[in-house]
Amino acid sequence: MLRNDTESYGLLAILFHWIIAAIFMGQILLGYLMVRTSDFALQFSLFQWHKSFGFLILVLSGVRLLWRMANPRPRDIAGMSRMERSAAHLTHGVLYLALFLIPLTGWALASSSPLQIPTFAFNLIVIPPLPLTISDQAEAFWTASHAWLAYISSLVAAAHMSAALHHHFWKKDAVLRRMLSWHSRARTAAQKDTRS
Amino acid sequence: MNSAQTFISTILKAAVALLVAIAPALANADTLSEVAGRYRIDTSSRIGFMVAQIGGGGISGDFKKFSGVFALNNSDISRSTIEFTLFPESVSTGQARIESFLRSDAVFDSQNFPTVTFKSTQITQTGPSTAAVDGILTARGKSSPANFQATLSTHDKNAIVFHVEGKIMRSRYGMDVGTPIYSNVVQFDMTIHGQRS
Repeated sequence: MLRNDTESYGLLAILFHWIIAAIFMGQILLGYLMVRTSDFALQFSLFQWHKSFGFLILVLSGVRLLWRMANPRPRDIAGMSRMERSAAHLTHGVLYLALFLIPLTGWALASSSPLQIPTFAFNLIVIPPLPLTISDQAEAFWTASHAWLAYISSLVAAAHMSAALHHHFWKKDAVLRRMLSWHSRARTAAQKDTRS
Repeated sequence: MNSAQTFISTILKAAVALLVAIAPALANADTLSEVAGRYRIDTSSRIGFMVAQIGGGGISGDFKKFSGVFALNNSDISRSTIEFTLFPESVSTGQARIESFLRSDAVFDSQNFPTVTFKSTQITQTGPSTAAVDGILTARGKSSPANFQATLSTHDKNAIVFHVEGKIMRSRYGMDVGTPIYSNVVQFDMTIHGQRS
């Protein structure tokens, strides 16, 4: 149940997917809003929340990747064209990459800023700065990288969501369903067999 | 050695010891009468501060604009007084973004509260050249007791210099933004130049 099999995702893979997805979307919204508020005190605390959740995404994505490598990957749903498969895999690859690159560029921007505001994730863990050049120019570079990566990735995430909805409502296949339920068809079938 | 010699030598030793013991007090009495009077705080003073941050380092800077007066009482130091005003708009840290944050309503709200004031309520001598200064600090419309330790550095006929240190809990003045990343304690390190007025 926790682990994937060749037909379906296990509970852990599903939890990783939805928890990271929720934090990711929250981070995009938070990142967009926090640089647009004129209330300095609010802005300070929003930035600290954004940094904390960014590190949470980085850690969760690291563990998720290890878990993925230690598990079988469910087969692609039958009836997908070769192009659809490639597009899906490319999108997943880009999103995986984004889950590492966006937090890392955020970490870089906090580290290179002359403000040198410490990162104290969730007021629990002090995270040291990366050994980078500290200057206004470096901060501007990492800020731009962070923002562009975030906004481009959110477009990719939107494509990923649209594709999932397309599969579910248009093609009526199991693509979205199997990311919502961790009972494999094989296993469910086996259980039915033993009961009968 | 006969007993008379022993007696005299004991007396002498006691006298020397007594002299050594009271010398600072006598010198201090002289100092006090010399420095007694009214002073205004000169612009050559430095009002430095530091707020530590988690993981080491912190924000440090000073206030460029301030004013104040103090009166040192000759006969009773505890009757001395000090009144001090600083203008948070003049905060300087070497980093413009930090300065505008400090001036904003997140911290000093210098637009609505242009001054921070300190008024002594009690001055207590704590050593030959040190004193504890208790008073009321008012910032952002909130008043709360605060205390500083003053050490006499130098003085001449018309001028006197104190080194003053104190720790202020900024949360008492509604300025706790950024805690616990930035310490609640603001450490003041000041050199106060008084010009006789």
